[in-house]
Amino acid sequence: MKFSTITKKIPPAPALLLPGLMVAFLLSLSIGSAPVPVLAGLLDWLIGQPGIPALVMGEIRLPRSLLALCVGAALGLSGAALQGLLRNPLADPGLTGASQGAALGAASVFYFAVLPGLGVFAPLLAGLAGAGLTLLLTLWLAGSGRPALLLLAGLAIASLSGAALAAVLNFAPNPFAMQELVFWLLGSVSERGMAHFAFLLPALVVGFALIWRQRPLLAALSLGEQVAVSLGLDVRRGGRVIVLGAAILVGAAVATAGNIGFVGLIAPHLARPLAQNRPDRLLWPAAAIGATLVLIADMTVRLMPPGREIRLGVLTALIGAPLFIRLIWKMRREWL
Amino acid sequence: MALIEARNLTLENRLDSVSFTVEPGEMLAIIGPNGAGKSSLLQSLAGLLPAGGDIFFTGIPLHSFNPVGRARQIGFLPQFCDSAWALAVEEIVALGRLPWRDRDIYAIHQAMRETGVEDMAQKNINQLSGGEQARVWLARVLAGVPRIILADEPVASLDLYYQGKILDILRQHTREGRAVILAIHDLALAARYCDHFCLLKQGRIHAFGPPETVLTEANLSDAFGVSIHVDLAHSPPIILPA
Repeated sequence: MKFSTITKKIPPAPALLLPGLMVAFLLSLSIGSAPVPVLAGLLDWLIGQPGIPALVMGEIRLPRSLLALCVGAALGLSGAALQGLLRNPLADPGLTGASQGAALGAASVFYFAVLPGLGVFAPLLAGLAGAGLTLLLTLWLAGSGRPALLLLAGLAIASLSGAALAAVLNFAPNPFAMQELVFWLLGSVSERGMAHFAFLLPALVVGFALIWRQRPLLAALSLGEQVAVSLGLDVRRGGRVIVLGAAILVGAAVATAGNIGFVGLIAPHLARPLAQNRPDRLLWPAAAIGATLVLIADMTVRLMPPGREIRLGVLTALIGAPLFIRLIWKMRREWL
Repeated sequence: MALIEARNLTLENRLDSVSFTVEPGEMLAIIGPNGAGKSSLLQSLAGLLPAGGDIFFTGIPLHSFNPVGRARQIGFLPQFCDSAWALAVEEIVALGRLPWRDRDIYAIHQAMRETGVEDMAQKNINQLSGGEQARVWLARVLAGVPRIILADEPVASLDLYYQGKILDILRQHTREGRAVILAIHDLALAARYCDHFCLLKQGRIHAFGPPETVLTEANLSDAFGVSIHVDLAHSPPIILPA
């Protein structure tokens, strides 16, 4: 009996992705305006030895690199999950309204100074709630419609959140607050501390766990909702769990770092060949690629000539948008 | 004991008190004009539509099975299949093992062999022709080794060669105590392959039984609203609008 081999000729994804991610992370730790010994600084910081290297590593570079890693992983993973759920390679957390919702939630807290008791966590939690709310609105608007309708519904809800966000900016209490918020919205992982990482990490773990358990559903949905149900899977419940997981990931990422566009769209796209196009195997490769992309983008931001710093979200958008156009161009050719 | 028994299946505006039984080894054709309820009936049996009434699987009420248990016994092949991603044939066939939560390499390869897609195992689904894809979708169902296959117009868009090929595979499946229920529009083709017929009209059973009872000129002309000529004695059978 002749069985063809299941394993492909492509090297396994971990062999390609993990070293790349490690290198990007270490580079991110070593790049900065002041030359600082990375390992010595980290060690000093860990054992509580005071000094410039410990301060630079512990207070600036480590939180910044960890945030870039987690934000990228969260965006890549949520993009992969949403693309699998919606059966659409163009689904992006931004196209489902989640990013705008998170931005709106966080911005509202900035302005109206609600939940003052929560301190730094107030905008974070509000961002999470905003992302969840917009995703639910999108799902409600699309009903049980086709994936294409879900994207349109997402666009509509994103516009609504965008309008509300514009209104919040419009009625900003003073121009400085407005400037601060606009800059925050442009997306960055700098000037944040370990508290942000402490918020983002659990969100990443919970979001990942929720989505990870739905891998059979993601696999079955390749063949459509009817087939998934006939295979004994609970599409409605599982779909909601995936949306919840994606909302937690996107909400937490946007609330900590502002809008980092297109990573959620491009990372799954780059990961797909490594996962034999299987949506259930795409999850962690997309997370690893998303993390690497954001680390690289953030390093690029830091390596730019000094002066007016380009924001991380602006850079990813400037690179991501042409890639998005290229993706549509490729799909157009496939449909001809 | 009947493999599956439907009692008074009712679905608003679509099915009206549909009752029948299918024995092991049988191939039942659901026929009738467009909108008669063929797809609704299959989807109700597959658990995709919430029809009222009772369905028994080997005498056990189907609602007492959990969704996975049901999926292990009843395979469903929808009318329109597609894959959202450019998956390899083998990966698609392996999805048929989802109810079993395993990747039974023997079942997967057996299914690919039965449908003749083994040579394409590593090819991407979107590189295949319509007829080849149809066999892959069927292999996906076979990989789950269900006792019953429900197939919704499995030969609708296929050429003559693949029509016969798919029905051969389904007929083969009814051996070893299994059964197939399929919706089909080509009555002459169905008459060659199926043991029993269920003629639906406006959600009700208009006629049920072996070909010679159901496929009469009177029954078919009445159900389809056109005069139909039937010659079952001819080989192959002839069923054409008169």
